[in-house]
Amino acid sequence: MLAATQLAIASAWAVYAAGALLVIGGAAGVVLGRNPVHCALSLVTTIFGIALLFIDQGADFLAAVQIIVYAGAIVILFLFVIMLLGVDRKEARSHEGPRSLLPVGVVAGIVVVVELLVLVRVHYWATGSKAVTEAANGPGENIQKLGQSIFTGYLLPFEATSALLVIAVVAAVVLVRRSAQGAEAHPQRRSAVTGRLTPPAAQGPAMAVPAVVPAGAATEHAVERDGEAR
Amino acid sequence: MTSSSLLGSVLTGARLAAVHMGGPGVPTPGASGPYTGDPIFNHGMDLVVWAFVVVKVVVAFVIVMVSVLFMVMFERKVVAALGNRPGPNRAGPDGWLQSLADGIKLFFKETLVPEHADRLVYRLAPYLSLVPVFVAFSIVPVGGTISIGSYTTRLQLADPPWGILVMLMASGISVYGVMLAGWSSGSKYPLIGAVRASAQMISYEAALGLTVATVVVLSGSLHTSAIVAAQHGGFLYHWNIFRAFGAPAAIFFIAITAEMTRPPFDLVEAEEELAGGFNLEYSSIGFALFYLAEYAALVINSAIFTTLFLGGPDGPRIAGASVGPLWFVIKVLVLLYVYVWIRATLPRLRYDQLMDLGWKRLIPGSLAMLLIVVGARINWRWGLAALSGSLFAFILLTRAIEVSQGRHDEGAQLSELEAP
Repeated sequence: MLAATQLAIASAWAVYAAGALLVIGGAAGVVLGRNPVHCALSLVTTIFGIALLFIDQGADFLAAVQIIVYAGAIVILFLFVIMLLGVDRKEARSHEGPRSLLPVGVVAGIVVVVELLVLVRVHYWATGSKAVTEAANGPGENIQKLGQSIFTGYLLPFEATSALLVIAVVAAVVLVRRSAQGAEAHPQRRSAVTGRLTPPAAQGPAMAVPAVVPAGAATEHAVERDGEAR
Repeated sequence: MTSSSLLGSVLTGARLAAVHMGGPGVPTPGASGPYTGDPIFNHGMDLVVWAFVVVKVVVAFVIVMVSVLFMVMFERKVVAALGNRPGPNRAGPDGWLQSLADGIKLFFKETLVPEHADRLVYRLAPYLSLVPVFVAFSIVPVGGTISIGSYTTRLQLADPPWGILVMLMASGISVYGVMLAGWSSGSKYPLIGAVRASAQMISYEAALGLTVATVVVLSGSLHTSAIVAAQHGGFLYHWNIFRAFGAPAAIFFIAITAEMTRPPFDLVEAEEELAGGFNLEYSSIGFALFYLAEYAALVINSAIFTTLFLGGPDGPRIAGASVGPLWFVIKVLVLLYVYVWIRATLPRLRYDQLMDLGWKRLIPGSLAMLLIVVGARINWRWGLAALSGSLFAFILLTRAIEVSQGRHDEGAQLSELEAP
């Protein structure tokens, strides 16, 4: 029986150590990696490590959501953007970096470590028990308690957050939308020097600006518009 | 470091889903509800229980592998029959060992790594697409229990408290395999396939999650065993496919087809445009693993559809004996046939059609069905209110799409830029 207890303690430690290693190793990979895709993959490692620690704390639903949302959607979007922009080459990221920020980083790091040490010393904060908050210890599953909290005590913040997210989405759509008016407001200009059309970056939404054929004329059919047969 | 720890994390996740979560936490955190854990863990975690768990993992692995061998041949045979051809008929009895022969051939071929490939990620990607698929199978209840001596265990690898979310996690993670394979090949067409894959899979994940939420609301639990138990009793009409009024099952089916990039949603590999897509540069074992992952995903997602909507192992007794696993296999086989049938009949969607279907039809549709089912769970008045609200929203949405379409057409005519 004693052996079984020791085994349980050892396995608990092993799970915690694995989670901590994943988190720290992944974070180091994000910071030190030269290739953006490798950095994104290291971020996934960190997310998995955090999910593991969540499970270890009895927060199963949080762990699942962590993986579904962060690893399954957000980092995928990161990768998507990295691939679309083509910044996935090593030389695209200068590794000289802003050297002037180094002291700031060191100071911030020291402050965080000191804070953590102080917090660990505070008796009531680090109890050593599995779930720090009381609510998770009662009967019922994670998801039931979470649902009850969200839809009773925290309904207003929850609704406010979702409204905020919807507003953000609408704002994003409005910002990137290319309209007929937009194309008129930014007529194509010719460079006085080269006689070529000025690059689209200076003129508003790039997608609304037609490409230029070698002869120098704008090719209207290169501008993709919704509603046209593709 | 990066890749090995990433793979390690995936594997750790697999081990956790298989062993830890269902494991020593008995009585489970959810013991207050009707759910009770696998009876095997009533003994505590002694060596026999460990052996049981390990054997179950191995058996589940073998089942998936064998079912993949079967599925590849089944698809080729059925597609051939639908096209009035004999299909492969040389290797083994009536050609049924053809997939085994293909597999052996692939494993003995040379592994080629393209010159511009990112070697680390290139080697990692096939495993990243394979592992999540196998993890997803761990939560499928095949039905019934098996007893050896005083030890009784369910025919289900793991029943973690997060249950069906494992499937959503697996489908979220499996994008990485396709994406990274396409990117790391250092080649144009695979990259296009990878970008398509990521956009497609993320788009359909929302609809998938909402339909799963519908089922969870109906069953009142995330445990797959509880979801199956809630559909038990009363043949057919207790199944979620009818209790949820059909539509969520259809949406789920379409969404997992798109998640798996099966035809008619196989824009990721589109032979005619992309010459094979994300796995174009792969040969030998890497290619075999992608192939394996694709067909394993097909079998396992059919099993999950059966679990969620078709009552899992539920079915009438035969000769007084409960034959859950038999019914389970029959249902999965029917679904697999439907998949092959779809592949043989439907042409591939265009990319804008794919996105229209996902964003403008499936996501609002699954949200409306979630509201209607939740309303109907309370009482019929709420159900009616949700139904009429959804219809109203549907009319508004259709009108909004029409208007914006009209504006775009107008704008396209207005903005005739001067071409000097």
